[in-house]
Amino acid sequence: MKTKKQDELVHDHNHDGIDRRGFLKCMAWAGTGALCVMQGGVLKSYALGTAGGSGAKVSAGELSFVQLSDSHMGFNKAANPDVAATLKAAVDKIGALKVSPEFMLHTGDISHLSKPEEFDTVDQILKGASAKDVFFVPGEHDVLNDDGKQYRDRYGKQGSGKGWYSFDKKGVHFIGLSNVMNLKAGGLGSLGAEQIDWMAQDVKNLTSSTPIVVFAHIPLWTVYPEWGWGTEDSAQALALLKSFGSVTVLNGHIHQTMQKVEGNVTFHTACSTAFPQPKPGQADAPGPMKVPADQLRGLLGITEVRSVHGKHALAVVDESLSEKAETPHASNY
Amino acid sequence: MRRSVCIGSIILLLAVGSNRAVSGEKTPPAQPQQAAAASAEVKIDNFKFGPEAVTIAAGTTVTWTNRDDIPHTVVSTDGVFKSKVMDTDERFSFTFSKPGTYEYFCSVHPKMTGKVVVQ
Repeated sequence: MKTKKQDELVHDHNHDGIDRRGFLKCMAWAGTGALCVMQGGVLKSYALGTAGGSGAKVSAGELSFVQLSDSHMGFNKAANPDVAATLKAAVDKIGALKVSPEFMLHTGDISHLSKPEEFDTVDQILKGASAKDVFFVPGEHDVLNDDGKQYRDRYGKQGSGKGWYSFDKKGVHFIGLSNVMNLKAGGLGSLGAEQIDWMAQDVKNLTSSTPIVVFAHIPLWTVYPEWGWGTEDSAQALALLKSFGSVTVLNGHIHQTMQKVEGNVTFHTACSTAFPQPKPGQADAPGPMKVPADQLRGLLGITEVRSVHGKHALAVVDESLSEKAETPHASNY
Repeated sequence: MRRSVCIGSIILLLAVGSNRAVSGEKTPPAQPQQAAAASAEVKIDNFKFGPEAVTIAAGTTVTWTNRDDIPHTVVSTDGVFKSKVMDTDERFSFTFSKPGTYEYFCSVHPKMTGKVVVQ
């Protein structure tokens, strides 16, 4: 009954639900927007512009949440002199979503310099969001100078007090991890044995049909090791999730969207709400990228994620902060 | 008294941010009261310490300056020294009194590494 549309999966050479064209769309540079729908481990991708045209309505009773990342409150350099304004724009975007999210995940670098007033400002701005609950994980900018004590004092009550924790929402199991502490010279992000042991216990009694969402700041896959964009012991953590049918990994840190599918795992990185960073290897260093002022908001954004109960499906939608950007239509399941 | 021994052989280092290897053949006739001012500089640009390795005489003070738009730190791998986070244009200095090789990195971006060789 479904008619084939221009941007649906067409070629599936590897029988993994991914055609090259669709995969590239999912890896689309921030601001263009892609809608990726996971159904029973199969990824389908659509360009946002075509996503609203047809299809069934979103099922009732599903879970919808938003991922925010890399707010860098306190940053005031040329790449974005007003990161509070762009975070407010992100909050406005959330308020305008067709499906109101139940909560937000913030995948770290809340602050730029771990200053109390920076955290205060973010907390204040996020109070204006349509979703009230925010689940945080730390970025390296949040744990400067004090080994994360202030971060844990503020946000650690959500979990074990060490920056990692889990919770359940409508049958989806969420695992928040910290991979920005105790980094070693020359190394990548690091989870550490204690956290991986905790995670093994955490997932031990879950049924394999439980959809899993893992969120952490630094990517849990190796995006670009030359710039430290990866986590050295992420494979050990992901090995614990092999038996699960649907695993979605949400990260930040690299200030651009990127997506990869490996077996049962979909990896996704979100845009920053503060400033963009260069694509891997396309600059001398991964620092803030200055773009013309009228292009900035097209390179910042939020990520909306929806889970359809009973379908093991997670839809991941990136939306830029540009006012010109199209509003995604939640009607393509 | 140890200071007077040093003065005879001290190398006055004026690292100018280049990769020029510093060797110490020529010693300006330093005044005793100024000898303690031996210094070297390391600049942080584009997520790199420049120069990545500096060779200095014992007693030299090394100053790191962050010229990136992103904060960095200078942390000794062996725990000998550790800066607070340095925002743009902020500095950190450490005086190396004992000979040895001191490796360090940025704890925020651990791919950034450097070393100080104290002779």
